[in-house]
Amino acid sequence: MKQALERIGQCAKSELDSIRDSKDLEALRIKFLGKKGELTAIMKGMASLSAEERPVIGQIANKVRSDIEEAIEKKANELKAAAFELKLKEEKLDVTLPGKSRELGRLHPLDAVMHEIEDIFIGMGFDVASGPEVEYDYYNFEALNLPPDHPARDTQDTFYISDNVLLRTQTSPVQIRVMEQKKPPIRIIAPGRVYRSDAVDATHSPLFHQIEGLVVDKGITMGDLVGISEMFIKRLYGENLKIRLRPHHFPFTEPSAEVDMECFNCGGKGCSMCKGEGYIELWGSGMVHPKVLKNCGIDPEVYSGFAFGMGLERLVMRKYGITDLRLLYENDLRFLGQF
Amino acid sequence: MDLSMKWLRDYVDRDFETKQFCYDMTMTGSKVEGYGVEGDEIKNVVVGKILSVVPHENSDHLVVCQVDVGKGEPIQIVTGASNVNAGDIVPVALDDSYLPGGKHIKKGKLRGVESNGMLCSLGELGLTVHDFPYAIEDGIFIMQEDCEIGQDIRSAIGLNDTTVEFEITSNRPDCLSVIGLAREAAATYGMDFAEPEPKYKGVDGDITEKINVVIENTDLCRRYIGGYVKNVKIGPSPRWLRERLRASGLRPINNLVDITNYVMLEYGQPMHAFDARFIKGNEIHVRNARAGETITTLDGNVRELSPEMLVIADTEKPVAVAGVMGGEYSGIMDDTVDVIFESASFNGASVRRTAKKLGMRTDSSARFEKGLDPNLCEPAIMRAFELVELLGCGEVLNTKIDRFPNPPAPKTVEFTPDWINRFLGIDIPAEQMAGYLKKIGFEVNGSEITVPYYRVDIESKADVAEEVARFYGYNNIPGANLTGVADARLTPAQKLTRTLESACIAQGLYEIETFSFISPKYYDKINLPVDSKLRNSVTILNPLGEDTSVMRTTVLPSMCEVLARNYNYRNAEAALFELGSEYIPTEEGKLPEEPQRLSIGIYGGGCDFFSLKGIVEQIFRAVGLDGVEYEAASAGCGFDEYSMFHPGRVAVASFDGKPIAILGEMHPSVSENYGIGVRAYCAKINASEILGISVPEKTYKPLPKFPAATRDVSLICDDDTPVAVLEKLISKAVGGVLEKIKLFDVYKGEQIAGDKKSVAFSIVMRSHDGTLTDDQADAAMKRVRKALSEIGAEVR
Repeated sequence: MKQALERIGQCAKSELDSIRDSKDLEALRIKFLGKKGELTAIMKGMASLSAEERPVIGQIANKVRSDIEEAIEKKANELKAAAFELKLKEEKLDVTLPGKSRELGRLHPLDAVMHEIEDIFIGMGFDVASGPEVEYDYYNFEALNLPPDHPARDTQDTFYISDNVLLRTQTSPVQIRVMEQKKPPIRIIAPGRVYRSDAVDATHSPLFHQIEGLVVDKGITMGDLVGISEMFIKRLYGENLKIRLRPHHFPFTEPSAEVDMECFNCGGKGCSMCKGEGYIELWGSGMVHPKVLKNCGIDPEVYSGFAFGMGLERLVMRKYGITDLRLLYENDLRFLGQF
Repeated sequence: MDLSMKWLRDYVDRDFETKQFCYDMTMTGSKVEGYGVEGDEIKNVVVGKILSVVPHENSDHLVVCQVDVGKGEPIQIVTGASNVNAGDIVPVALDDSYLPGGKHIKKGKLRGVESNGMLCSLGELGLTVHDFPYAIEDGIFIMQEDCEIGQDIRSAIGLNDTTVEFEITSNRPDCLSVIGLAREAAATYGMDFAEPEPKYKGVDGDITEKINVVIENTDLCRRYIGGYVKNVKIGPSPRWLRERLRASGLRPINNLVDITNYVMLEYGQPMHAFDARFIKGNEIHVRNARAGETITTLDGNVRELSPEMLVIADTEKPVAVAGVMGGEYSGIMDDTVDVIFESASFNGASVRRTAKKLGMRTDSSARFEKGLDPNLCEPAIMRAFELVELLGCGEVLNTKIDRFPNPPAPKTVEFTPDWINRFLGIDIPAEQMAGYLKKIGFEVNGSEITVPYYRVDIESKADVAEEVARFYGYNNIPGANLTGVADARLTPAQKLTRTLESACIAQGLYEIETFSFISPKYYDKINLPVDSKLRNSVTILNPLGEDTSVMRTTVLPSMCEVLARNYNYRNAEAALFELGSEYIPTEEGKLPEEPQRLSIGIYGGGCDFFSLKGIVEQIFRAVGLDGVEYEAASAGCGFDEYSMFHPGRVAVASFDGKPIAILGEMHPSVSENYGIGVRAYCAKINASEILGISVPEKTYKPLPKFPAATRDVSLICDDDTPVAVLEKLISKAVGGVLEKIKLFDVYKGEQIAGDKKSVAFSIVMRSHDGTLTDDQADAAMKRVRKALSEIGAEVR
């Protein structure tokens, strides 16, 4: 009996070696260890053994069983690992194939930069205000200290709808509307479309965008205007670029200043971007003219303020190196897809 | 304003390095656009003297000259000109010299005879006979200048001035003059400026015996000074005067006319000279033009005048358009004997309107329209008299007529050093401020400043602050940080805009920016009905062209244009959006409404109506609109753009019964109009109206505790029955336990009658009170079948 057991053990082991998949392994387990298996059959014969032999044979039988179990488990693990390996090998992908998704769209570069600038100013405590594009002459010119026949009106070729209604030539009328409705402190920017009767070419468009800013409060100084200019540039370009103020004239500010910034491209050394100047124009600005404050019912003896305004197109063109303004309004996907 | 640096140095004695001068002037407020050096293209051209002229051995029309160019040995030059003789002083372009236009002169042989340079004509030096009236146009420039042999030609003929171009802003007409800029330059360099005081001797004579002046409209003419010059000798001006006019961009004409132009450039006060012979009745009337009057102006054009225009007239007719241009008839001619000088002050706005209406902006009108002070008339005419005597070209009467009914009192503004310091954010002593102001002609007396008459722009203390800032230096103002509470945020409308943009981008749409003005023809292009209210647009009176002449009442044509453009660029697919305004007219003379619209356009990439609808659905989802209903659109659906769509493939989306969007496939005829060769799909969403819909705050609903029961229902119904109607019906029939209806099949074809379709839904039911029993689910389905059969649907 002992020999029979040992033979079963050896037999199981040798059969196990040739097993290649889990189904055969299960069949083998049943063959040797199942209820009707070979080992069970032998164990049934245990009853006929003597009391002395029974523990000895029992021990051998248990050993054989556990050996077989152990071998089966080991084999099972090997098979599982091999199967995994095979499966993983078969499932290899060319990971350089394109991903499956709905491609994201894009903001237009004008709008993307506009949002960037809006967010910078919101961060500095400026609300974003808006006003009508078809506007009264009063708001676009008169309230801004540009009475009828003022020579400075010539510099803004205007589209007229009627004698007193026009397409706004600047976003400044929004300043007036805000000041009429709100008491200081005022801190706003007014981005939007403006219109001038310029024929379309690489640098002109009858429609373009401006962003205008206005701050009115007690004790606002020209130094604050300098400070905001510096901070805005730092936030937009992330660098400490120097600024330079040049006296200028706008009818609605006094004193007025053109603010230049050191060229972000060359750092002031002079390059094609700044036409060798080392500086590029940032915005026109100045202290709000006392007459303008008065026109809006704000006492210039109590309050003071500053305003600034810049063109968005030029900023965007410089940022991306775009040389023809027309591309911005052509909306060719080959262009829009680049931003 | 082009400033001659030679002229400037008459008034400011200083050596200027041009580039630095340009920068310094810009930084004190006189912006320099650029500068040019006269004759800078001319190199290696000298004064030469012709020693001999002999015929060329091989040519009839060439001659061979020996020319002394101040280098010991004379040089030989061959020329084709016929006006050279021995002894003539001429400009000689030597070997390896340059002339204007980049012309390079080298020695060579002309018909076998050596030529070591070229004799030059005026034209070859970039000049005309206006610069040297004694010379001839075609031929060598035979010089009559005081110069040395071998001298550089540029200094010999005064072609060596530097002209600085200033951009003078409209508030500073005083700087449209040499004296004005000289005053600024002196102050820029901290120098004193001596105001010139022109003087003349004059001859005895009572001007009132010669002429009378009547100002009929004292609103538009505040002052008129008339002067009288007898026995004038008309001829060219001296070279220095011609040079300065040329450097300032004016053409020399004759001495009397040049004097008026010279004074205008020097003082900024336009002047005019009349031939006294042609002033009928010896009277000058400053009056409004009469209806129907015309004048032939100095440029030879006949101008029709209208009654709002101010003219200078004699007793019969206008002789000048006041402040704009004189008449041809009474202009200075070669045989003029007596001249009347006019130095007057005209209303700026009136001059501007007149010049604009006549379409003739002149150096004179450009100055008057900025509002010149009447006090300027006096020194200007004095300077003209002085120049007449200096040039010896006439006898000036020592009396003049000065009509000046209401001389303005000197302007004063308060001097507020503390306020200025606070306003600018600086801290400098009052004396320093006063110092700056005095340099530019202001008088400071305690707390009062007297403004010089020529500074028409100074009205308030803020103006004074600017003057102080200019000379203190804008860039010396230290930057400060804004203080105070800053509380900024996007408004609900701005937030909505950003949400819509994000949703569009997530749906793969590219943003576009289009013009707000369109052609009225675009309405035809989208098949808009002829009686549509959308054809009533805000119209531009002075458009650039028909293409951009009306403000759009619908954003869709702009989208169609861009789709078409991309199609033409062979972009295989496009998915676009724009958040733009429409401009809807309201009452006459009132502003239009400018509602925000979201337009969407797609073509290619296998897209169909449902791709577009999917995008629209997701956008509504993004802004939190639940329960948007879609139905087939019709002509009266609230969107006149309906007619641009395929009538069987267009839907209107409504919320709470209000239409908020139209979406559909482009009508084939519209596609044809735009030349789009594939099916394209467009939508317009009324963004402004979405803002008016209150989206309820989100609240948490407990997660389901009990399992759901799912039943499918398959039915056959009329093909015309919209799925949305079936869904509504089922939803109502199932009642409160309904969780979701999901359409999973629509079938037409074999085994289904032609006018029918097969539709299948999966219905998910759930109760929050306990597990739904089969009986409950079956009962619900029984109600569904009943409801469906009531509309004639056959449940399978």
